[in-house]
Amino acid sequence: MGKQPYRAPKGGLVQRNRVIRFTFDGRSYPGHPGDTLASALLAHGHHMVARSFKYHRPRGILAAGSEDPAGLVTIGADAKRRDPNTRVAEQELYDGLVASSQNCWPSLLTDFGAINDAFARFMPAGFYYKTFKGPPGTWTGLFEPIIRAAAGMGRAPEPGDPDRYEAINRHCDVLVVGGGPAGLMAALAAGRSGARVILVEETARLGGSALARDPDRLAFDGTQPAQWVADIEKELATMPEVTVLPRTCAFGYYANNFVGLWEKVSDHLPEDKRLGHLPRQRLWRVRAREVVLATGALERPLVFHENDRPGVMLAGAVRTFLHRYGVMAGRRPAIFTNNDSGWVAAFDLARAGAEIAAIIDVRREMSPQHLAEAARLGIPIHASSTVVATAGYRRIRQVEVRPLHEDGTVGQGGSKIACDVLAVSGGWAPNVALFSQSRGKLAWDGELAAFRPGLSWQRERSAGAANGTFALADALAEGARAGVEAAAAAGFASGDVTVPEVEGAEPGQGRIKVMAELPSHLPAHRRRAWIDLQDDVTAKDLRLAVQEGYSAVEHAKRYTTTGMGTDQGKVVNLNAFAFLAAERGEDPVKVGTTTFRQPYKPVTFAALAGQHMGPHFLPRRTTPMHAWHRRHGAVFEPVGEWLRPRAYPREEEDFFAAVQREARTARSACGVLDASTLGKIDVKGPNAREFLNRVYTNAWMKLAPGMCRYGLMLGEDGMVMDDGVTACLADDHFHMTTTTGGAARVLAKLEDYLQTEWPELKVYLTSVTEQWAVASICGPKSPELVGEILDDFDPDPEKFPFMAWREATMAGIPVRVFRISFTGETSYEINIPATYGRWMWRTILEKGQKHGIAPYGTEAMHLLRAEKGFIIVGQDTDGTVTPHDLRMSWIVKKSGDFIGKRSLFRSDTARTDRRQLVGILTEDPELVLEEGSHIVARRNEPAPPVPMLGHVTSSYYSPNVGRSIALALVESGGTRIGDRLFATRGGLPTVPVRVTETDFLSLKENRQLPQAPREALNG
Amino acid sequence: MFVITCPYCGERDLSEFAYGGEAHIARPEWREDMSDAEWAEFLFMRTNPKGILAERWMHAAGCRRFFNMLRNTATDDILAVYRIGETPPKVEARLPATPSGEAPIGSGNDAVKIIQPGEGA
Ligand SMILES: [Zn+2]
Repeated sequence: MGKQPYRAPKGGLVQRNRVIRFTFDGRSYPGHPGDTLASALLAHGHHMVARSFKYHRPRGILAAGSEDPAGLVTIGADAKRRDPNTRVAEQELYDGLVASSQNCWPSLLTDFGAINDAFARFMPAGFYYKTFKGPPGTWTGLFEPIIRAAAGMGRAPEPGDPDRYEAINRHCDVLVVGGGPAGLMAALAAGRSGARVILVEETARLGGSALARDPDRLAFDGTQPAQWVADIEKELATMPEVTVLPRTCAFGYYANNFVGLWEKVSDHLPEDKRLGHLPRQRLWRVRAREVVLATGALERPLVFHENDRPGVMLAGAVRTFLHRYGVMAGRRPAIFTNNDSGWVAAFDLARAGAEIAAIIDVRREMSPQHLAEAARLGIPIHASSTVVATAGYRRIRQVEVRPLHEDGTVGQGGSKIACDVLAVSGGWAPNVALFSQSRGKLAWDGELAAFRPGLSWQRERSAGAANGTFALADALAEGARAGVEAAAAAGFASGDVTVPEVEGAEPGQGRIKVMAELPSHLPAHRRRAWIDLQDDVTAKDLRLAVQEGYSAVEHAKRYTTTGMGTDQGKVVNLNAFAFLAAERGEDPVKVGTTTFRQPYKPVTFAALAGQHMGPHFLPRRTTPMHAWHRRHGAVFEPVGEWLRPRAYPREEEDFFAAVQREARTARSACGVLDASTLGKIDVKGPNAREFLNRVYTNAWMKLAPGMCRYGLMLGEDGMVMDDGVTACLADDHFHMTTTTGGAARVLAKLEDYLQTEWPELKVYLTSVTEQWAVASICGPKSPELVGEILDDFDPDPEKFPFMAWREATMAGIPVRVFRISFTGETSYEINIPATYGRWMWRTILEKGQKHGIAPYGTEAMHLLRAEKGFIIVGQDTDGTVTPHDLRMSWIVKKSGDFIGKRSLFRSDTARTDRRQLVGILTEDPELVLEEGSHIVARRNEPAPPVPMLGHVTSSYYSPNVGRSIALALVESGGTRIGDRLFATRGGLPTVPVRVTETDFLSLKENRQLPQAPREALNG
Repeated sequence: MFVITCPYCGERDLSEFAYGGEAHIARPEWREDMSDAEWAEFLFMRTNPKGILAERWMHAAGCRRFFNMLRNTATDDILAVYRIGETPPKVEARLPATPSGEAPIGSGNDAVKIIQPGEGA
């Protein structure tokens, strides 16, 4: 297939002297640089490119741009790179492009799914809803599996996309959306004022509708359109503040002139020619002072029986393919129109050498000028007529035309006309999608029979066809004015722009005669007049929706799926609304529109994700010691934003064994934990002490410098929010620590109270979390080790008591040493400036070797603290737990206010039967309960709902206690110490447990661990 | 993504700010005899209007200061920002005619996306 039989003898902006090759469904074709996949296929007379969603009907190319509803294919041979649901009308051709049809099996021409078409009458509008509401089981049992298997358009790419995507933020003064005549004038005017301008154009080239005109019959100040566009582009390129973005879609208009742009940077290049330093696609997040919407107009199809065949194309698209791409959509086209723009398409085709089969116009009166031109060109005219049927499978081959009476009925007779393409025009509608997204209000324009921008909400203005101004000279003037005004509103003196003189202006679409569905001689139930070509919605479906009560526009959309899918009904919606209005006998203003939502067209997830992939998806904070942990085989876990070592399994040691060994070593010799992630807040000021007094539940007035205290922080609702140890550095200076995950929340809350509730308190808060690296050393050997690593330091626990802190030096580096413990063992927490963290850690492990030191991770830390009965906020508490519920009433002061105090006296929080924290020991000491297990009163509870007494919050096997241990929140737990209760185990029988105090180490030491009864041991 | 004008730093993107709930709800001084109802009024009750709401924001990724804002919740229009301790300025806004209605323009709701006959254009 070397020839391109439908390539026009001349014209078009493609490079005819270069031939590139592409494949469609495995077959190789030639094309030219500058083609789209659509124009290259049409050059071969290839119209049928896809199958429809529901009935698998053959689908062709209706439009020449992103509004095309059904010409969808998959691009790319590589499963990781493939792009499904790509519009053939948008995909630029490149050498080696691989395209394949989708939604058909085994092939485009022989598609078994087309059997759906034969059963169309069994799948009426609202089919899904009806099956949802049908007898139980019909949906899940019968229809869902079939529909799920058949549904879906293309196949998503497989994971592992090798390409790069990026996002960029940009501010500008004037954003111009649309590079057609109005947009070019706006960008030029704003650019000349010196404003920062971004001009975006969805296609590869600036020019818009100017490129869809016969270049020999249109001139701007005597210049041909393409040259005129090139001149403007050249001038814009000289302006340093102007950015021109071709291949970029403004897909979303959000609050305060925030506009999302999607630039396809490399998709038009062969994969081996894509530049390594450029991303495949780029997301621009633009904040514009002013926006000019020059998004043009979209042409509507006509609604008539069998209007969905490949080869039925919009008249404007036919002109675009001819003049921009040098392709004749057909050699014997017929034209079907309700306005003047169909006629000019016919004239262009005729002049390019086509034999026009007929112009069929539903109107009675037509422009005398056009009638004369048609006569001159010898084109047969069927005035006041309509198409009532079409024929052709892969491509239309015939239309049946009948006269249309004034009363809206169809006459007898008429004729069958052979044709190879049917160019239809139902009139043009301003493309108001972005305007409506900006929350502007639409106005109904009766003359256009379409909506156009009415009242603006944001700082934006529409110009040209997007504003309903179709005449070229007016659109240019309006674009220039919009550019000047937008720049002025952004604070820039107006640039001077002379609007070019247009030669060859067209009169526009003239008077339009809208008929929601063209009349037919066929009875209604036999008519299949498509409204939505992608989703297979016919006029009949919409009529049924209205009859069944779904006549509101949003209801009808959902009931029939009209305007859904990847095209979101760009060209079909107005026909759907007009049809609803006609069926309801109401004004289109009353019927309204569906909501224009972002995105304007499908945007790839990859572009939206940008660089936020893999490790950049959610960047983790790591401590200064992180590299050491990694080198020493640590298993990590995320804690808040941090990545912490969970355990350090040795060779041939599983995770459980590692945790057991680490926990044993910490109590028998020496363990060290990287505690750098704990939140640290420097609290300073004359009222610092009073401030602590108000934010913690306990008293702080008497804490002396050199000493530390544990504190619980509540929310104003009385629930435990955070905990930690705070050290008194000086009378007006404290070092507060928070949980790892709670640091930011605590700082924000403290700032809140300081700034808004107690502005009279003189206190400064500074986050110092990352200033300190922290090693927590514990175990019987820890005093000896600490004495060795610090300079002239006496670690004797008698002289340096628990809950004290000292300044010291380590090889001359100043450190703070805290005698605080989260394990119950003798502990020293050494804080060193963060840059020395790794050195300190290495030193501790080197010097600790002879003491049998082992690093331990968060899992052993959790286990060690549970052995001692210490809580973890967020594990043993869940936002519904008060200090009394934790049986920590000792930490709640009686006098004076603190955050959350009043809430502890609310009738609900003061209840004595609230769930309270207790120890839980299984009677079988080897059995470790699942965290979250329910605690119930009896072994065999009655049928559900089972009264639940509480649940297990922490559960471990403890090597130091020598059995399993658990903490639980249990109803009235404090009064149940010693009771026998039962714990659930998923679907297994419940197991008996004993309620105990929470300090398991003391229970063991005092020989108070309950003895397992015989039955448990035997059972 | 709104633009918020921090009274200390100027215009910044919404992503720099944290929401702080309704403004001008003073924490009552602790009293032994404060009733549950009185405390609940402070703790739980918020006006939640469809209209003008005074609310607190913090410039979290900036100066970290709290400030107040008057926002039209029916349109997300920011009508004023002012410092903590200042009285809210007088503002005008296009408000819904009824509590459940829509503002005449600027609502994200479908009800007002088309100019109706008789409505000024
Ligand atoms: Zn600020």
